[in-house]
Amino acid sequence: MTATVWRPALPPGGLLRTDAARGQEVLLLPERVVVLHGSARRVLELCDGQHTVDDITTQLTQQHPGSARAEDIAHFLTRLHAQGCLQ
Amino acid sequence: MTTPAPPWALLAELTHACPLHCGYCSNPLELTRRSTELSTQRWAEVFRQAAAMGVLHTHLSGGEPLLREDLDALTRAAVDAGLYTQLVTSGVGLSTSRLDDLVDAGLHSVQLSVQHADPPLSDTIAGRASFRNKEAAAQLVKQRRLPLGINVVLHRHNLDALDDLLQLAVAWQADRIELANTQFYGWGLLNRAALMPSHEQLADAAATVARWRQRTDIELDITWVEPDYFTGVPKPCMGGWGAVSLTVTPDGTVLPCPAAASVPGLDAPNVLEHPLPWIWNESPAFNRYRGTDWMPSPCRDCAHKNEDFGGCRCQAFALTGDASRTDPACSLAPDHDVITSLASADSASAEVVRRRPTRRSTSTVGG
Ligand code: SF4
Ligand code: SF4
Repeated sequence: MTATVWRPALPPGGLLRTDAARGQEVLLLPERVVVLHGSARRVLELCDGQHTVDDITTQLTQQHPGSARAEDIAHFLTRLHAQGCLQ
Repeated sequence: MTTPAPPWALLAELTHACPLHCGYCSNPLELTRRSTELSTQRWAEVFRQAAAMGVLHTHLSGGEPLLREDLDALTRAAVDAGLYTQLVTSGVGLSTSRLDDLVDAGLHSVQLSVQHADPPLSDTIAGRASFRNKEAAAQLVKQRRLPLGINVVLHRHNLDALDDLLQLAVAWQADRIELANTQFYGWGLLNRAALMPSHEQLADAAATVARWRQRTDIELDITWVEPDYFTGVPKPCMGGWGAVSLTVTPDGTVLPCPAAASVPGLDAPNVLEHPLPWIWNESPAFNRYRGTDWMPSPCRDCAHKNEDFGGCRCQAFALTGDASRTDPACSLAPDHDVITSLASADSASAEVVRRRPTRRSTSTVGG
């Protein structure tokens, strides 16, 4: 798996949810709750295993011009991968 | 009184019935009879109330939850309520059609218990032939692309197989393995002498875990729960009494921890009588050891009181007869010598009493 062909996806059993009781967005995994800050949920929703990091970056910058820089998005995705939140 | 923070997790003990007879089981000696189990509708209501309060995860557990014929309906109810569902199973009874029904219902993940890496020894510890069922169940779970966790309760009779158990987790393509040294409650407490490992076994096991954790060629997530009998450090009781999670037993009794039924005079509330928010926020049982106000010395003045919450209440009761004392596992506890002598006792010759359902009225434990 190299960076150029990586198509990020949630790991099997990963579930994105709104945690209404605590007013936050979360990613649920077995034995784990990952609290998502800022635009993290929006980014993760694009990680469907179909789109490359470039696709995701393009979509985000089109939807929210000026809000996200490509290298920040790539960095963010890599970090989530290292934490087991993406595969 | 300020309202306590909401719970994150619900352990749903759907039934105490189980085809296995593990001597380390933490279920109570008085196993709940099947006739008093909550109905499908009652459980659905429990899941709805729990989710509305803020619970995110539920563990569908037992006993063996597959013995509930309505498990797919229960799973669907939990999923519909918005909960993340994990099946906690021995693997016995997990046929293809059964798993497919659960996947249809929305099941998110599976945790499978394994007793030993060697099939005959695994069967011996479990008290029945079951290793092949587990192996088949693991394959099925992976075929259905669900995350697979393996749980091993460790003790004198399997600690030396740790390396093989980790190997087995890799071979079965598990995503996680939880290596939990026996906690001595329920049947485990009854069998404490026979299960107690030696210091050497534990030191070797810790080294094995450290070695495996350094491996970069595998993606296995390894959880290792150190035995508090040996560390001198108490474990934080469920992340704090009434702080993180709650347990609902087969008959609807709600406990701050699965072992808390042993605490005398707890007067545990029941979902048949009270709504969950009242139970969590207001019931005397959930407030009894909540926070730090109840603490005795030395916990009261200790810098660690917000990290370990004075240790385990059930263990304090089991070892001192008083659930409100400092957990003897703590090296600062007045009763710490109780635990050091138990941990160093020679137990090689003690026999394991198999977990069995209570026979009515005349039953004697392990009879
Ligand atoms: S004295 Fe109490 S609070 Fe301090 S470390 Fe021991 S158990 Fe924890
Ligand atoms: S005190 Fe009881 S409730 Fe808390 S961890 Fe120990 S066994 Fe569990």
